[in-house]
Amino acid sequence: MKLWDCFATALQTIFSHKLRSGLTMLGILIGVAAVISMVSLVRSEQAMVRESLESLGANLIFVTPGTPGAGGGIGGALASTSTLTLEDAEAIASDARSVSMVAPITQSTTEVVAGGENVGCLTLGVTVEYQYVRNFETEQGNFISGQDYMRSARVVVLGNELAETLFGQMSPLGQRLRINGRQFEVIGVLKSKGEAFGTEDQAAMIPLSTAQAVLSSERAGGSGHVIQAIAIQAKSRDAIGSAQWEINDILRRRHHIGPEGEDDFRVISMGDIARTADQMYAIGELIMAAIAGISLLVGGIGIMNIMLVSVTQRTREIGLRKAVGAKRRDILTQFLIEAAVLSLCGGAVGVALGWVIIKISAGVLASMGFPFPAILPGDVVALAVGVAICVGLTSGLYPAIRAARLDPIESLRHE
Amino acid sequence: MIELENITKVYRAGRMEVSALRGISCRIEDGEMVSLMGPSGSGKSTLMNIIGCLDKPTLGKYLFDGVEVSKLSDNKLAEIRNRKIGFVFQSFNLLPRATALANVELPLIYGGSGSHRQRALQALESVGLAHRAKHKPSELAGGEQQRVAIARALINNPSLILADEPTGNLDTQTSRGIMLLFKQLNQQGMTIVLVTHESDIAAYTRRTMKIRDGQIEALE
Ligand SMILES: Nc1ncnc2c1ncn2[C@@H]1O[C@H](COP(=O)(O)OP(=O)(O)OP(=O)(O)O)[C@@H](O)[C@H]1O
Ligand SMILES: [Mg+2]
Repeated sequence: MKLWDCFATALQTIFSHKLRSGLTMLGILIGVAAVISMVSLVRSEQAMVRESLESLGANLIFVTPGTPGAGGGIGGALASTSTLTLEDAEAIASDARSVSMVAPITQSTTEVVAGGENVGCLTLGVTVEYQYVRNFETEQGNFISGQDYMRSARVVVLGNELAETLFGQMSPLGQRLRINGRQFEVIGVLKSKGEAFGTEDQAAMIPLSTAQAVLSSERAGGSGHVIQAIAIQAKSRDAIGSAQWEINDILRRRHHIGPEGEDDFRVISMGDIARTADQMYAIGELIMAAIAGISLLVGGIGIMNIMLVSVTQRTREIGLRKAVGAKRRDILTQFLIEAAVLSLCGGAVGVALGWVIIKISAGVLASMGFPFPAILPGDVVALAVGVAICVGLTSGLYPAIRAARLDPIESLRHE
Repeated sequence: MIELENITKVYRAGRMEVSALRGISCRIEDGEMVSLMGPSGSGKSTLMNIIGCLDKPTLGKYLFDGVEVSKLSDNKLAEIRNRKIGFVFQSFNLLPRATALANVELPLIYGGSGSHRQRALQALESVGLAHRAKHKPSELAGGEQQRVAIARALINNPSLILADEPTGNLDTQTSRGIMLLFKQLNQQGMTIVLVTHESDIAAYTRRTMKIRDGQIEALE
């Protein structure tokens, strides 16, 4: 029997029993649609987080005070007494060879008053490097310049949301406001970096020198000017690791920490954070795959179930086919192809349905204010359809063998 | 040519043994038309199945065209059924969802030559049903359905046609038409063996074999 005739026979059967075929496909269809849409959503989310992390700054390393075990993180160092100094930052800038730029930061919670508005917010004291290390762009005006730093100018750059809170639709440029009672002039507004990392959107930035002069309440006991964090850019992605080592080395030396002593600071690279996030998403994908696997298994059982019933229903047909010359392997092939075609069609429709689900969820999320890319993951589509066909073939095998083994005379007598 | 020598068939159902055939010996020459008669349960269908290579005898020797059938593999038997034998059943056994044409084509796809519309149409034409090619069995009268089944039996140009009560489900008038068709095929050189309960159907054949309790009672 020619392969084409096998296919034609299988297709004929599938098309002449539309309801049964549809029901057989259903399990596989839902399984494939579920896998594809789930994985796609997880991937889009992951891509977005990765993008936001990247937008924080290329090859970014953060140094914050505190022991590695302690809580905190970026911006979490406020409560504890900081061990970092401006001199630490300068030492890193001059000695660490894998580092291209260093931006020392002070942080304080402040009260900002502009017109009638009175807002509590984070005020960062920064240098000109901070803009480049953090990859900021201004929406209006300029960032703090070297001159502003030298002169300890009373100028402020506002985060996007803070500017809107304070000034509404009015242009904040050139406006005056008070931070902890001192007057400042607004020279710029930052562009927003999106939902995921909104802290800067609500912060104010002033020259580090100004912050130390007017805001700082604590002074380092002789060891230098206290700062709350250092943002550092490594020379390249590959240099991040060595930069972290060098920073560690310099700070331990400067803080007189012996070989046994614990760090009194933490060095975190964005790569570490990205890696942690990636690991979480990998686990998420694995769970999805497990769920999908189970639903495909259930689909396979569905196929086997319906095909076993179909073999019983079609006993006479099988007997007749054998009487007119069908061999065992002809019947076997016919049923296997039926199972494969059914699961392939189920898989294909499942891919289409998955795509529709992805599109709809992306649309719904976008309308809720979360722009979400609709991605059809090619590798998952291929894998899901491949698995679907394998599941179809395996679950079709037993019914097919049963059909092929039927005795022609008994079958023809079957009612 | 069919040569049966002491054919015995024993069915085992649990501990019970049923001897359906007990030592049947006879010859049917090429081009003969033979009817097989006998009471219900006498073993007619069993014998037809053995002659049709659907079943093997428990004992005895069956030579079909000089080849001993019981020594052939299942695949070889399938090939013989496909190429050399055409079956016609009492209940037609057409695929209900396929058209008349597709039903007639069925043996072709198992013959290795692939499906062949033209040949199937010719076969339908030879039973006078070319105009019903696109109809499903449910849209055809009983006699027409049996003609489609006969066209299916003819499609591979077999040397032997086996018909087990081909007119059992048909009225007298329609039966006559079917018998005339068999007669015509026999005149073209096909060997035909048919089972019947009715002596006026048997009258269409030159020879009648009567069976009782699995043995030949009379050969005319
Ligand atoms: N698969 C089987 N298992 C057990 N016994 C069987 C089987 N097939 C047939 N028989 C028995 O063999 C005997 C002959 O059966 P067969 O079908 O050949 O009779 P028949 O002459 O064709 O009868 P009818 O005219 O009713 O069709 C019967 O007694 C039947 O019960
Ligand atoms: Mg019978």
